[in-house]
Formats: sequence, C-alpha cells, structure tokens
Amino acid sequence: MQQENMMQENTNNSAKCLFSICNVKKSFHDLTVLHDISVEVDEGEVVAIIGPSGSGKSTLLRCATMLETMDSGTLTYLGEEAARNDSSGKAVYASPADLRRIKGYFGLVFQNFNLFPHFSVLRNLTEAPIHVQKREKGEVEAEARELLRKMGLEGKENSYPQQLSGGQQQRVAIARALAMNPKMLFFDEPTSALDPELTGEILKVIRQLAEEKMTMVIVTHEMAFARDVADRVIFMDGGYIVEEGRPEDVISNPREERTKQFLSRFSDQGMQ
Amino acid sequence: MGFMSIVQQIIGGFGTTVFIFFFTLLFSMPLGILFALARMSRFKPLNLLMQVCISILRGTPLMLQLIVVFFMPYYVFGIKLTTSWRVYAALIGFSVNYAAYFGEIFRAGIQAVPVGQHEAAEVLGFTKAQTFWKIVFPQMVKRVVPPVTNEVITLVKDTSMAFAIAYAEMFTMAKQVAAAQSNIMPLFVAGVFYYVFNIVVAWIMGKVEKSLDYFQ
Ligand SMILES: Nc1ncnc2c1ncn2[C@@H]1O[C@H](COP(=O)(O)OP(=O)(O)O)[C@@H](O)[C@H]1O
Ligand SMILES: [Mg+2]
Repeated sequence: MQQENMMQENTNNSAKCLFSICNVKKSFHDLTVLHDISVEVDEGEVVAIIGPSGSGKSTLLRCATMLETMDSGTLTYLGEEAARNDSSGKAVYASPADLRRIKGYFGLVFQNFNLFPHFSVLRNLTEAPIHVQKREKGEVEAEARELLRKMGLEGKENSYPQQLSGGQQQRVAIARALAMNPKMLFFDEPTSALDPELTGEILKVIRQLAEEKMTMVIVTHEMAFARDVADRVIFMDGGYIVEEGRPEDVISNPREERTKQFLSRFSDQGMQ
Repeated sequence: MGFMSIVQQIIGGFGTTVFIFFFTLLFSMPLGILFALARMSRFKPLNLLMQVCISILRGTPLMLQLIVVFFMPYYVFGIKLTTSWRVYAALIGFSVNYAAYFGEIFRAGIQAVPVGQHEAAEVLGFTKAQTFWKIVFPQMVKRVVPPVTNEVITLVKDTSMAFAIAYAEMFTMAKQVAAAQSNIMPLFVAGVFYYVFNIVVAWIMGKVEKSLDYFQ
C-alpha cells in the first residue's frame, strides 16, 4: 500500500529522481535485516531516516553506498544502474569501472568519522580528488581550503585529526565527502559519537547544506532536527519502512502505532 | 698477537656481520609484506601454503635452515657449491626466515587497522592497491615499530649463526682468534661490538618511532 503511494507520488513529481534503491532484500545468515524495501530520493530533497536501533537503517545506507551487497534489489544513481536483479531475482552489480564512476555521485559521512589519522586535515580532503578523480592538485587544494573555511575550520589545514575535537573531526569528514563534488550525501548518525554540546555544530552544517539544496539522506535520532530540516521522514522498524511522509505528519502526527511508540521516547525533547 | 690486531681481525668480521644484517633487512621486510598478504589471502590454497611455510620457518632452527639452503643446490640439483654461494645462501636463509617473523608482525599490524578506514577509502573510490599503500600501510608501519625493533635487535645477534655454513662473520672470527690464543678476550671484544651495534639500532628505531608520533 505505502509502496504504491510512494511510487505514485514520484511519477506525479516533476523533480528529477537522483537515487533509488528498490525492493532491497538483505540477510546476514538467517537474520533478514531488510525486507524488500524501496527508497527514492529526488534532487535537492532531504530525507531523514529514523527508527529504533537494529531496525536496519545502517544496513540500508550501507547497501545504498555499496559497502554491503544486496541479496536482491535494484540500485540506481542518476538513471545509471549500479545493480539490478537477474532473472532469478538476485542482485547483480555493474562492472567495476561503472561502479567506480557511480561511486563518484555520492558521499558517506560515518558515525565515527573514519578520518585518515596519518593525513593532515587538508590531505584528508585532497587525497581522493587528486588520486581517484585525477583532478589537478592546485585546483583541488584551493577548493578544499574554501570548503574548510565554510566548515569553520580555517587554520586547521595542517592539523592532524587527533588534534581536533569530535565536532571538528566530523566537520572535516563532511568536508572530505564534499571535496569529491558528490551529487548527494548519506549520513549515518553523524552526531551519535559526539558529546551533546558538540552535536549543534554538526546539525548547523547539515542545515546549511540543506539550504544550499544538497540532496541528503540522514539517519538520525535528533527528532527536532529531522522535523525542521527534512522534506520527508522515513520511519523504519524491524527491516520494514513502517511509515513515510512529511515530517509534520510522521513526527508530529504519526498514524502507525509503532511510530507513536518509538516517538514517545523522544517526547521529553520538546517535540510536541 | 696484540690487542689492536685482535680488534682489527674482529673488525674484519664485523663488516660481514653488518653486511648480512643490512641485506637481510633490505630483503626480508618487503618479503614479509608479501608473506603477510599471502597469509591473509582469501584464496585458500595460498593462504594455507603460507601458513605452513611460516609455521616451518618459525618452528625449526635458523641454523638448520641456513644449512638446508646452503646444501640444497648440491643435493637437489647436483650443482657444485662455490664460495660465493655461501654469501647468497646466508642472505636467502636469513631473509626468508626473518620474512616469516616480519610477515606475522605485519599481518597483525594490518589487521589492527580499523575496518572503518577501509570503508572510508572504499566510499571515496580508492582502488584496493591505493587503499593498501596510502591508507593501511602507513598506519600498519606505526603499529609494528616496537615489535619490529625487537626482531631487528635479535637479527644483530642472529647473524652469528652464519658460522653454520662457515661464513666468517664477526663471531666466527672472534672464536677463531680466541681458540688460537687460548684466550676468551676476543669473544668479549665481539660482545662489545654487538652491544654497541644494537645501541645504535635501538637509537635509530627510537627515532623512527618518534617520527610517527604525529598521529595516533
Ligand atoms: N555485518 C553484519 N553481520 C551480521 N549481522 C548484522 C551485520 N550488520 C548488521 N547486522 C544486524 O542487522 C540488524 C540491523 O542492523 P543495523 O542496520 O546496524 O541497524 P540500525 O542502524 O538501524 O541500528 C541488527 O540486528 C544487526 O545486528
Ligand atoms: Mg546504525
């Protein structure tokens, strides 16, 4: 039912579909983590994914970013197929060369940053554009410095990750993803490893990106933030998309019992 | 024979000791990386073969391995052994043996690099080779400096095993002089040489460790 509604919405919508993952199934041994779910994201759209821990949010993001291979399903960026089902319904991936190109369309920001500790801040940003995208060093560095300035990290170019606070490290990680000039960004709980007083600076950066019409998919437990920034909220539970829609509906006025139950835990955050 | 001439003879052997030491390091480190990669290979036969090789190299005396390498051409291929072969046999024996130890150290170092580093590199589009050389290798190097230092110091002393194939390094020379003079003083002189050599090695490795302090 919901799936159909969503498809309907998308065909009526004139916005360009940038990313879609359809009918993804993923199991680890006997444990089915994703039960045939689909997500499409339009250009400029900000989608927040919420849900209890263990509901498959990270696995969905990891399938989307090809850190995990789907058992079954299709994965498309800008109309280019990264994976599709063969006749037996098993996902087959495109050639390594195609995948490498498609990987250039998106960036991923991890919960625990995963900065390269042996590279300076600047080199964390420039290494992939120079050696993966083969872009010119001077141009890449100029762009990286500009990105760092935008992230409020001016003067940190030559620092090493360990010399920075968690919030600064996560901003470097966001800048590193942006330095690749991706069409969209995925965030997997970007503030969960941070002290509460540092989450604000990350949320501010993401908010700014949203204003600049960056396409983003954000897994988050920050309900107030999701409601403010997201165009659409997806609530996941047990490997299913339980509810999906505008944030004012899903977060402030959920239809499903499970969504209500989940959100009641956050009521002390001043949600209602 | 005076003290100075004893020292002189020992210095002659010391040159050979340094020679074995230096070239063993030069060959065994890259070979150790190959061993580590083979040992971690997802291709089961290679993985298993490497496991057996490393187990044998670590589980049998180095002295025996040197002898096997030295006599192998003669017993297996019927080739007459030459004097220069002695040098090559020593370097092969030492290098392969130390590669086994370094390989296990490198493997542990590689496996200690968090999986998140691989994932970040993968998402950024680095190839497997780029990920290894740019991301994993430098972090591995930092982790392995202390255990590698131990092996390097052991190698300084292990060079004396070359006597097993009558390769006259410092300890062999010292023993010969000591026997000829009925005096153990030359052995002590050799001991001083080993010790000073190792102090230099430890100092250099300390510098290396320090130079990697800039990241955690
Ligand atoms: N690599 C894996 N191997 C086995 N089980 C996994 C693996 N990754 C995730 N899981 C399991 O899949 C389920 C969903 O995990 P995850 O996607 O991380 O959920 P979430 O991000 O919503 O907390 C959990 O039960 C988790 O234990
Ligand atoms: Mg998660």
